[in-house]
Amino acid sequence: MTTTTATAVRTGQAAARATGLNKVYGEGETRVVALDNVSVVFPQGEYTAIMGPSGSGKSTLMHCMAGLDTVSSGSSMIGDTELVGLKDKQLTQLRRDHIGFIFQAFNLLPTLTALENITLPMDIAGRKADKQWLDRVVETVGLSGRLSHRPSQLSGGQQQRVACARALASKPDIIFADEPTGNLDSRSGAEILSFLRNSVRELGQTVVMVTHDPVAAAYADRVVFLADGRIVDELLSPTADSVLDRMRRFDAKGRTS
Amino acid sequence: MYRTALRNVLAHKGRLLMTALAVMLGTAFVAGTMVFSDTFGKAMSNSYSKSFSDVSVQVTDPAAGSEARAREKSERGPAALTDATVQQIAALPGTAAARGVVGGFTGVADKKGNLIGEAWNARGANFAPGPDGKDSRYPMAEGRGPRAAKEIALDRGTADKAGYKVGDTVRVASNGPAVDATLTGIFGTDDPQVVSGGTLTLFDRATAQQLLLTPGQYSSIVVTAKPGTGETALADAVRPAVPADGDRFRIETGQELKDEQAKMVANGTSSMKTMLLVFAFISLFVGIFIIANTFTMLIAQRTKELALLRAVGASRKQVTRSVLVEALVIGAVSSVAGLVAGIGIGAGMQALIGAIGTGMPSGPLVVAPLTIVVALLVGVLVTVLSALLPAVRAARIAPVAAMSSGDQPSTQKSLVIRNAIGSVLAGGGLALVAYGASTGNDSGRTPVGLGAALALIGVFVLLPLLSRPVIALVGPVLGKLFGTPGKLARQNAVRNPRRTAATAAALTIGLTLVSAMTVLGASVGGAVDRAVTSAMKADFNVAMANGMALSPQVPAEIAKTSGVAASSALTAVYWELGDRTRSITGIDAKSADQLLSLTYTSGSGAGLGKGEILVDSDLARSKALVPGSTLAVTYPDDTRGSYKVSGVFEKNEMLSPVVLDNAEIAKHDQDPYITDVLVKGAGGESASLKQSLKDATGANPAIEVKTKQDVRDQFSQIITFALNMMYGLLAMSVIIAILGVVNTLAMSVFERKREIGMLRAIGLDRTGIKRMVRLESVVISVFGALVGVLLGCFVAWAVNGTMKSSIAGLTTVVPYDKMALFLALAGLVGLVAAFWPARRASRLDILDSIKTD
Repeated sequence: MTTTTATAVRTGQAAARATGLNKVYGEGETRVVALDNVSVVFPQGEYTAIMGPSGSGKSTLMHCMAGLDTVSSGSSMIGDTELVGLKDKQLTQLRRDHIGFIFQAFNLLPTLTALENITLPMDIAGRKADKQWLDRVVETVGLSGRLSHRPSQLSGGQQQRVACARALASKPDIIFADEPTGNLDSRSGAEILSFLRNSVRELGQTVVMVTHDPVAAAYADRVVFLADGRIVDELLSPTADSVLDRMRRFDAKGRTS
Repeated sequence: MYRTALRNVLAHKGRLLMTALAVMLGTAFVAGTMVFSDTFGKAMSNSYSKSFSDVSVQVTDPAAGSEARAREKSERGPAALTDATVQQIAALPGTAAARGVVGGFTGVADKKGNLIGEAWNARGANFAPGPDGKDSRYPMAEGRGPRAAKEIALDRGTADKAGYKVGDTVRVASNGPAVDATLTGIFGTDDPQVVSGGTLTLFDRATAQQLLLTPGQYSSIVVTAKPGTGETALADAVRPAVPADGDRFRIETGQELKDEQAKMVANGTSSMKTMLLVFAFISLFVGIFIIANTFTMLIAQRTKELALLRAVGASRKQVTRSVLVEALVIGAVSSVAGLVAGIGIGAGMQALIGAIGTGMPSGPLVVAPLTIVVALLVGVLVTVLSALLPAVRAARIAPVAAMSSGDQPSTQKSLVIRNAIGSVLAGGGLALVAYGASTGNDSGRTPVGLGAALALIGVFVLLPLLSRPVIALVGPVLGKLFGTPGKLARQNAVRNPRRTAATAAALTIGLTLVSAMTVLGASVGGAVDRAVTSAMKADFNVAMANGMALSPQVPAEIAKTSGVAASSALTAVYWELGDRTRSITGIDAKSADQLLSLTYTSGSGAGLGKGEILVDSDLARSKALVPGSTLAVTYPDDTRGSYKVSGVFEKNEMLSPVVLDNAEIAKHDQDPYITDVLVKGAGGESASLKQSLKDATGANPAIEVKTKQDVRDQFSQIITFALNMMYGLLAMSVIIAILGVVNTLAMSVFERKREIGMLRAIGLDRTGIKRMVRLESVVISVFGALVGVLLGCFVAWAVNGTMKSSIAGLTTVVPYDKMALFLALAGLVGLVAAFWPARRASRLDILDSIKTD
């Protein structure tokens, strides 16, 4: 199995694409290669999970592809836009208009109501929210009755649902979710994961999720495995068991080699 | 635990910087004030101690000459110090020498005709040569002393200032027409008045007497004792030789004069010191808010750490103590820095004053041990006391908080109790102030003072409560103008009301004082202005620049000037009227109608020409006077009479409570004190008449011819000067308040790192982040300033209420343009304060910030 598997041409247009991505930290002795010639495509309308052990570079890959971090070499694209070489201002605009984010720690503004948090990216851009879409999103995440609540009045699961709604509200080209269930109990986590899956199936969104939980990964259409900064495998239509199985194999391989 | 405290100080160097600066500036102000006033006082007393070196006994006639005050002048008898007195004293067995001194105001014009130096510091005296033609007191450096009329000698500094050489013609003047004299000599002297930048002109004795006093009269006699004769014994011997006129002639020994002088210097410097220290303590008080705020924020940030300490077994006391030790270290370090800076300020001030050349005496820098003790003690105490409350709160952190994963202490203690206390204080204070203001006189001062203090404290306690509604008012504007950053800024500003309040309070204090002074200045200025100019129907007012009496020649000359329709001297005498000595204004009855416009509440001014008096409404009320009633009078010559009241006029600042015809005054006082001359022009106010009037005063550089507008300008100048000085002194507390804003913002940015990172991630650009922080700063600053301006106006209104009886027609005038300017400046302050925190916030690394730890 080689790294080329993940770059195999798939149906549908690419929402994001990385080609020969390298990310190196430090110099000399302290030099760490976080990403080693990674090429990957995230097609539109697909729910991809990125998995791998700690330090495998999965978060770094996401940050680089989402325009939050710079790359050492290679190319990273969102739709038709090349991220490498963009100025901070352009990157910020790109994130604002084309990318949605869901963080592990919810990251809501405590001073804003749920609704205000959801429309924040549009407010920043100075755009009006698409009312119909917004209603649909709010209904899907099941927050209709709590829109005027502040984050401190919501449970963790509800807060993360607000964060999901925020990511979806501006109809981004792609949503990056970084361990979205990391801070949640299993029931709230399951709600969020099915919600993400629904947003792909029913709302036609594209979601890329970093996780280390096989159960979470099983909600995705495809799982990409990373180890030591390289893409080492991928799995279509995963189940929790098949993902766990693959993970065990890496562990075993890592120990024997 | 002490090690933990020290480590904490070192670890949070950056975050403690502003606190340290605030303490440092406060102590520097205190130390600087003390060093400067000690140095200044020492230099002054050094300089003045020289002036009485050859004086054993001095006899002074305070009623002699143009420098005498109106009251002394009207109460004097016919006796005077004459040559006979001098000879009599010189003949005493214990006398080595007796010198008759003639002194009085003498102005010297420069080559352009303007007065050299300040009018209050310009004097003339008699040159008293011995048999050798020299006067040991005034050794001539160039030329010779004056011997005849139209000859003068000048001190070196004055001659140099104007570029006069021996042989030049110099225009000098006392309170009458100017004289052109030949400069015969230039002398050096250690006379402190000259050393401190004053002007001294020497005449020969006869000229000096004629110009400054009356021929044959002296203003004082300086007696030097023979060796072996004590000063006190000599003074006793001199006493019988001095004409008896009550206790008018003062006989003082050299020692008494020196003591008196030292006391005066000490009083002068100590009142200056007190005033400066008041402002220094205001700065420190402002600092308290910042220090308390910093420690509260630091402790909030360290909740987990402190809880951990408690969890591993530290007692509450130990936690409190560790915070206090931290404060102690900061206080000590900052106070030492402040002390050093303060000494620097003292030295700088001295150098500055020397450079400006105001002629203040100079001397070595005095750093008294008291200065060091006070500065260090004050700095440390203020810091530790400010940290006390946060330290006690720190001890209340439960050990279990170490385990919680909360990002920020979100639970805020209810403000209910605080608001209740604040409301009671503010309400009670306002009620007291309103009551005090309603009294309309001095008796209201205590309730107003107390009430204002209570109301101020109450409002400060209520600031967190006030912050939400007040800031909510500007919310829509911010959102409209600045979009999301504006909206976020507003919400951040009210997020932690206690913190916002503490930050804003620092500015509120300064702005309360500044606007109270401004409103008071405008109100009093307006009232005085109206009072003075409303009563003045005349076109011109002629008076001495230094407020001394005019020579009788001046009104006589003016009356003769062409273009003058009417003119009259305004005289001031103090006679026993009714039960006590009262001040009386004299005016020529025949021209009074053309020069004054009085509002009569009853009667009229018709009787003025018939030797009747006019009284003002206050006096009429207190003595139950109506037109037709009579008032008993005792004249200076102890004869008695009575005056009939002709009319009652509304009180005004230009006239005394009693007005009488000059002709009537002249019957009992041939040489009354002339304060002003009022002039009505035939063709109204004109530049040519002004020039003619100036010519009529003999081009005396010390006599001012003022139009109504000039009079107004002069008053507003005095008020502006006083206000500017206050602004300057309050600047320090505003600077400290700015540090507080910087501090709060920097801490907030640090605490909200995650949020800022998130905002950046979801698409707010650097400019937006910067704008958000800046606007928050502006909102907090303007909020603090707004409350301050309102409080200031209120306090000024209350103070005005207590002064109504002393200043006629006083109403509260709010200069809205200035108030708006203050608010705009506060906004600017907010922008400046946010510069660094905003920059920092915009440069935060996104990934670093949103990292969950």
